[in-house]
Amino acid sequence: MSNYNQEMIDKYRGNFLKEVQDNVEEGDWVKMCMQCGVCSGSCPLGPHWDHPPQEIFMMIRAGKREEVLESTSMWMCTSCYNCIARCPRGLPITHIMHGLATYSKRLGLAPQQQPTAKFAQLFWDNLTKKGRVNELKLGLSLYFMNGIGEGIKTSLKMKDIGLNMLKTKRMSPMEYFGGHSCKDTKGFQAMLKKAQELEEARIGKSGS
Amino acid sequence: MADMKIGAYICKGCGLGERLDCDELATIAQRDGKAQVVQQHDFLCSAEGVKMIQADIDNEGINRVVIGACSRRAKTEAFNFQNVTISRANLREGVIWIRPDEDDLRETTQEMAADYIRMGCAEAKHSTVPASEQEKGSNDTILVVGGGITGMTAAIEAAKTGYPVHIVEKTGSLGGYAGKMWKDVPMHSPYTDPVDTPVTKLIAEVEADSRITVHLNATISKTSGAPGRFSADISTESGATTTENFGAIIQASGATPYDASQLPELGYGKSKDVVDRVELEQLAIAANGGPIKRPSDGKEVKKVTFIQCAGQRSDKEGHLNYCSGDCCLTSIKQAMYFKDQNPDIETEILFDDLRTPGAPGEDFYRSGQDKLVTFRKGKVSEVVAGSNGPLVRFKDMILDEDVEEEADLVVLATGMVANSGVDIDAVPQNEPGEWEVSVDSILNLNYRQGKDLPHLKYGFNDSHFICFPYETRRTGIYTCGPVRRPMDTQQAIDDATGATLKAIQEIENAKVGRAAHPRSGDLSYPIFRKEGCTQCKRCTVECPFGAIDEDEKRFPVFNESRCRRCGTCMGACPVRVISFENYSCDTVGQQIKNVDIPDEFDEKPRILVLACENDAYPALDMAAQQGVSYSQFARIIPVRCLGSVNTIWVTDALNSGYDGIILMGCQKGDDYQCHFVKGSEMANVRMSKVDDTLETLSLEKERVETYEIAITDIERAPKLINDMAEAVEKMGMSPFKF
Repeated sequence: MSNYNQEMIDKYRGNFLKEVQDNVEEGDWVKMCMQCGVCSGSCPLGPHWDHPPQEIFMMIRAGKREEVLESTSMWMCTSCYNCIARCPRGLPITHIMHGLATYSKRLGLAPQQQPTAKFAQLFWDNLTKKGRVNELKLGLSLYFMNGIGEGIKTSLKMKDIGLNMLKTKRMSPMEYFGGHSCKDTKGFQAMLKKAQELEEARIGKSGS
Repeated sequence: MADMKIGAYICKGCGLGERLDCDELATIAQRDGKAQVVQQHDFLCSAEGVKMIQADIDNEGINRVVIGACSRRAKTEAFNFQNVTISRANLREGVIWIRPDEDDLRETTQEMAADYIRMGCAEAKHSTVPASEQEKGSNDTILVVGGGITGMTAAIEAAKTGYPVHIVEKTGSLGGYAGKMWKDVPMHSPYTDPVDTPVTKLIAEVEADSRITVHLNATISKTSGAPGRFSADISTESGATTTENFGAIIQASGATPYDASQLPELGYGKSKDVVDRVELEQLAIAANGGPIKRPSDGKEVKKVTFIQCAGQRSDKEGHLNYCSGDCCLTSIKQAMYFKDQNPDIETEILFDDLRTPGAPGEDFYRSGQDKLVTFRKGKVSEVVAGSNGPLVRFKDMILDEDVEEEADLVVLATGMVANSGVDIDAVPQNEPGEWEVSVDSILNLNYRQGKDLPHLKYGFNDSHFICFPYETRRTGIYTCGPVRRPMDTQQAIDDATGATLKAIQEIENAKVGRAAHPRSGDLSYPIFRKEGCTQCKRCTVECPFGAIDEDEKRFPVFNESRCRRCGTCMGACPVRVISFENYSCDTVGQQIKNVDIPDEFDEKPRILVLACENDAYPALDMAAQQGVSYSQFARIIPVRCLGSVNTIWVTDALNSGYDGIILMGCQKGDDYQCHFVKGSEMANVRMSKVDDTLETLSLEKERVETYEIAITDIERAPKLINDMAEAVEKMGMSPFKF
């Protein structure tokens, strides 16, 4: 995978809890989990996770690095905040899940075909272009996310809604050509670039 | 009893005057109750009413006061007259409040009230004013058995209050189990790091106090006497014995760590690098803050695994069934020994349920997590030899997978076993006159019922953890610390303080010859008519408090100050030679006989309820306060404890035509709620034999029922009475009415 991943493996040598603590947003909370399982029981999508949060925390402590980071679980979080509201130990579980997802993405370990991960990338790419979300393009790229055939099928299925939106001026076909942007696109891009630099400096990421 | 003079006083307040025909009640008191003076008053508990009664006591020579008003549990301060007996006819809670105010029910309500007046007068007639017990003790000194944290705290607390103390310690130094620890769990905020044990400070305090005498290498070879006048032989290892007198005894004999050699499956005994929690403390003491080295080859420990619940909370033979309560905190503390020295040492705690009770509790657990101690819910199957150290095989209960991990050192969190001496229920007792010292005994009591305090569960000394934690079944002897339940140092210190206060209370009560607990201030004591005794030994065996010894001719020898006044001996005695001045077979028996029993064709059955005054009677009173009603045919007599119920009362009641009898006592068994521990159990055993009586009389078994009533059974207790009334209706009236 990436050099960065290897770097981290060499740096922490099996102490995954420490790695999470140092690198994952809110990761220093993981050690405070007392394994009561309230988070797993509270998660509305819990049954669809490979590893519910309680298990993820235990796996981190048991040093199961690849299993955790390559897992699709934390990508399943919908930020409903049920777990945070209920955790008796006050762990910011939602934030930790997103932190883990971000970290696995940074390491290049995030699952390639996970739809949430894919969509997140599409959303990011769409937004960063002009500083505004282009809904027409975002919608279309979502339809065609899994290939042309499925894209056409979904488009036909949604065509009535689309036409109605055009009629009521909820959507403009002209958005496809360029589309609206924020006032200072250049400034916006520069800002993102600076943020990226700062972030990279913070995590000490070299190369890649 | 020639100068007995009954005064009956009938209150007309609280609605009694409107609901009842008080003039008729006055006539009944005079005619049936043989009261010499009968007065009615509109508000008897007022200053005026009380003054009226007091005037009769002073001027008319009334010495038996019968008060027909509210329950005996109400207005006790107003109706508190000296040097007379007081009987309370419960007309308010017992009659008007539990019966609906309807015209067609007036007749039966009035009959109820009339019966209670008759019963009150009958009780008065057969009571005498109790003199205080004769065997007063005046010794102030407290004996503390055990010189650990608990014992030392008890001694210091007692000495601070001004009572001289003797500490008897089996080993050569003070400190006990905590004295062998490197550090202790913190007792004050912040609950983050292990702290020094209080042992050094306590020893210094004990040594500095001139009121405390310490006997080291000493055991107790004999204890005799009673509260206020105990005598103990203190024998030292060298063979010398001194005899000292004491007012009260505090047993703080503590606990011994569970023997880990019974856990070969966890590698103990097979590998030197599997240690129990005491040995880990020794390793830590040896390291003295430096790196802890493992016993086998002296290598610095880089990875340590703690196995919780080792040999505990398990049904396996030889294991402890219970949770020892402090091992989780102890393991967290011990993991910190490693982490605080070097944060890179891997420490893993394999737990089943992590339990951290007490003040440090969750905070200390959090602190452990914060220091990166790993907590893993895992069930260990075995510990075997690995290539570089012990190999732990366990199942991770969260990840649901089998794991094998090697560690440099494995620590078994073993439990505590109480040092509670011999189990007197399991060991045969010495016959009178053949008493011998037992080396296994802590106290070596020369009591008839055995040398040590009775055990309750799992070898811990009997103790009621909510109602009376320190009072044992031997009056004047108090337990505290891990001998009565597993606990940590902080809890043991608190416990010692509580037991000391109890001991002081007992000493002060013994001086004036009255009961300390639970009938505080009671001056009555059992009176025994030796001429009638058949030496059946039931009283000596059944007394829950070991108060009764036997002389060489097998006659019971009562020790008044050891008595709790429950009357279990009175209930046990088949020839009825045991009685109290104000509570006897007669005071209750005559109440039963003085109830008016209408003949068979009146369709008015009579149900006798013998209700324990501790829980059942208050429950019925509260039911009355809440407007619950029960059968107009019930007649309720409070008893000190169901254990004091003599079967003669039941037989007499059946013979005199009662249609049903209900006995209401407290919960029995291991989780007993009986205020006299065994009373309700004894009653239950005795009542199981009443069936024979019923058979001889050709009566239905359902006519006598025994129930366990809690003080909260406000709905249930009246319902049970009504159920009996219904049952009687179905069965028909008793044929024994005359």
